[in-house]
Amino acid sequence: MSDNIIEMINIWKIYSNGFIANRGINFSVKTGEIHGLLGENGAGKSTLMNILFGFEKATEGKIIYKNSEVHNYNADRAINMGIGMVHQHFMLVPSLTVVENIILGIEPRKGFSTDITKAEKFVSEEMKKYGLPVPLDEKIKNITVGMRQRVEILKTLVRGADLIILDEPTAVLTPQETSELFTALRTLTEKGKTIIFITHKLGEIKEIADRITVLRKGAVVGNAQVNDLTEKDISKMMIGRDVELKIKKNPVKAGEKIMEIKNLSFTGNDGIKKIKNISFSIREGEITGIAGIEGNGQTELVSVITGMSAIQSGEIKFMDKNYDNTEKLRKAGMSYIPADRMEIGVSENNSLEENLISDRFKTKEFSKFGILSYKTIKNNALDKIKKFDIRTDSYKSPVKMLSGGNIQKAVVAREFTSGAKFIVADQPTRGIDIAAADFIRRLLVKEREKKVGVLLVSADLTELIEVSDRIIVMYKGEITAKFDDLKKVDESVLGEYMLGIKRMNTEEIGDLE
Amino acid sequence: MNQMNNTLNGIFSWDFISAGIRVTTPVLLAALGALVADLAGTPNIALEGIMLFSAFVGVITSAFTGSLFIAFIAGILTGAVMAAILAYFSLKLKTDIIMAAIAINIFSSGGTIFALSVLTGDKGSSASLKSYVFPSVTIPIIDKIPVLGDILSGHHIITYIAFIMIFVVHYILYKTPLGLRIRSVGESPKAAKSVGISVMKTQFTALIISGVLASLGGLFLSMGYVSWFAKDMTAGRGFIALAAQALGGSSAYGVALGSVLFGFSEAASYSLQFMNIPYEITQSIPFLITVAALAFYAWKKINYIKKIKNNIRK
Repeated sequence: MSDNIIEMINIWKIYSNGFIANRGINFSVKTGEIHGLLGENGAGKSTLMNILFGFEKATEGKIIYKNSEVHNYNADRAINMGIGMVHQHFMLVPSLTVVENIILGIEPRKGFSTDITKAEKFVSEEMKKYGLPVPLDEKIKNITVGMRQRVEILKTLVRGADLIILDEPTAVLTPQETSELFTALRTLTEKGKTIIFITHKLGEIKEIADRITVLRKGAVVGNAQVNDLTEKDISKMMIGRDVELKIKKNPVKAGEKIMEIKNLSFTGNDGIKKIKNISFSIREGEITGIAGIEGNGQTELVSVITGMSAIQSGEIKFMDKNYDNTEKLRKAGMSYIPADRMEIGVSENNSLEENLISDRFKTKEFSKFGILSYKTIKNNALDKIKKFDIRTDSYKSPVKMLSGGNIQKAVVAREFTSGAKFIVADQPTRGIDIAAADFIRRLLVKEREKKVGVLLVSADLTELIEVSDRIIVMYKGEITAKFDDLKKVDESVLGEYMLGIKRMNTEEIGDLE
Repeated sequence: MNQMNNTLNGIFSWDFISAGIRVTTPVLLAALGALVADLAGTPNIALEGIMLFSAFVGVITSAFTGSLFIAFIAGILTGAVMAAILAYFSLKLKTDIIMAAIAINIFSSGGTIFALSVLTGDKGSSASLKSYVFPSVTIPIIDKIPVLGDILSGHHIITYIAFIMIFVVHYILYKTPLGLRIRSVGESPKAAKSVGISVMKTQFTALIISGVLASLGGLFLSMGYVSWFAKDMTAGRGFIALAAQALGGSSAYGVALGSVLFGFSEAASYSLQFMNIPYEITQSIPFLITVAALAFYAWKKINYIKKIKNNIRK
């Protein structure tokens, strides 16, 4: 008898195209612990967890759950055995209530009807037992992201999960919500549940995990008690070399105003006012960071600034001129790294080489008399692949075949080589591995030293504080705080302004020019 | 002038209300079918064809077997089978559901005429066959009450079924596990799948329910409203039902209201035929009302958004 709840022994996963995702992985989790699973994108974490959750079949290997080997494994079996998974993208139905979402698929019945009274009673018992309060009758679309995550955890608990897999659970949370989540996770382990915690964030692992397993290139590179390690050790294990965690920034003096936003307001299609009369400027050689919980107007701000949405009221001047569409703004010297790289950043079915020129195919360099010159396009692609370390089988591969980090590198390769004077970077490192994220952050800082103005919107507060020269906080469509001296700012301070607990008055905010 | 008075009397008489209820019946049944399918994320625009084919099969079966019961079952089975075919093509073979439904509608129009001519030698109607109609129901006590008796009592049994179905459909959609699953599958199939619900099975079930409801509407047309089958006798009711559903949104009661609107406007168009208005105009009234109602609905929605915007500005 061992005290491991799960043991995965010698797991191999070889896809039909010959790609090896897992190379003889041994992975075990002790009952009642919080186990961190780390690795860069493409390291094999997702594959391993999909095998554990029964979504995919291992090519070879054994799974031992609670000391007995499991055969004929699939997702239903996994749920029945007591394995639950909280996906990174929540699996909830927005217009149904919390309780309806929780009981979906396992509805208690009374005659033909759903026994909603019984369901509410049962769910609220679980809720109290694990300290995860949620409003049962509220619709999902009306509750916060942190609440939704609780609903997801409750869903697994109601289904009798003993082992809960959380896939990057903090990616969408504020620092306050994160600390609430951590408290809840500790309560869960006290009550005998076991948790696998997948993340990129090293600080969190130090804080919450008991033990970690680190994967690299499909194999286990380390397995240790967290107390024995420093953040540097862990990042070294993940990347295989030392990473300088702090970015060195040479002082640059902010120059002329490059973008000027005056009294901007914006109302969304749902009739809700997303931006309420805000004014600020972005200068040459300065990185202005925007902090805010998703849905507080940042998306709309970026959309209007980049010309993707029309200006409804107020004025935006780019180098003292007004523009009304993205193409003209780009021609005038704007670059844009969109948050949704698959939707806006690339054309997923087109090849890498084509995506690398999608903003400049009309130039003389790449087309003559309306006909594309594929020779220069190819050379351009080969050059970018080398300079930006884009990992791909071929420059002709459709972009969707690349990993998330490499797709983002392709976007960055295009946007950073257009000779821009102003870069809008919206969540430039979301969902990509540490090494690629680090690379992109350094590029942003480098551009700044070339006197380029940068607007950085990011949910990763560490990144925001590290990269930006000043930070503006947006809350419910307004600017509620500004920080010029980022040495004095940490994540929890930003968090309080982001949640609306605190706000600065106009004098405290001061000059936004 | 006299004529006009007659007409107005016709419109505002109790008989008119009774006629309205009768004309509402097929639209209501099909619209409830549209609602179930729509909430499951598989809009069923084959309602027109399903109604038509069921109307045909009901008449033919009753003529050849002499049994109303067998005709009823055959009609419903026709609806279920045709919905199953639509489901098989769109869910299993992944054809576009709109394309598959258009195919079914075209097939039904031609197929019924072809079968009719083979069976009766007539390409226009089944008048030569001796077929049956579903009985009317006299509600005891109520039928003795003056006005109310005229309005509520004496309708065909399917009319009563149709109005009961409003509550049945509401119950299924909002009070049963099946309804919860239908709504979840229609809104976020991924979420439903992640908790072990079979998206395909749920959508299949929803389409079958919508097919059966539409088939009841078809049976009413050929075995209640009139007592024969005529080519293309559904005359766009399946599409009007879609409009009624769009008006009613996701509520069975709203859909019922939408259907009543169209039913009564159609009844009005029949009454107006007694005036010296060309029948092409009177017949187009229900369709004009469809357009007007949808435009009104869109206008209301836009105004609602404007109102919210204004409130925020204040």
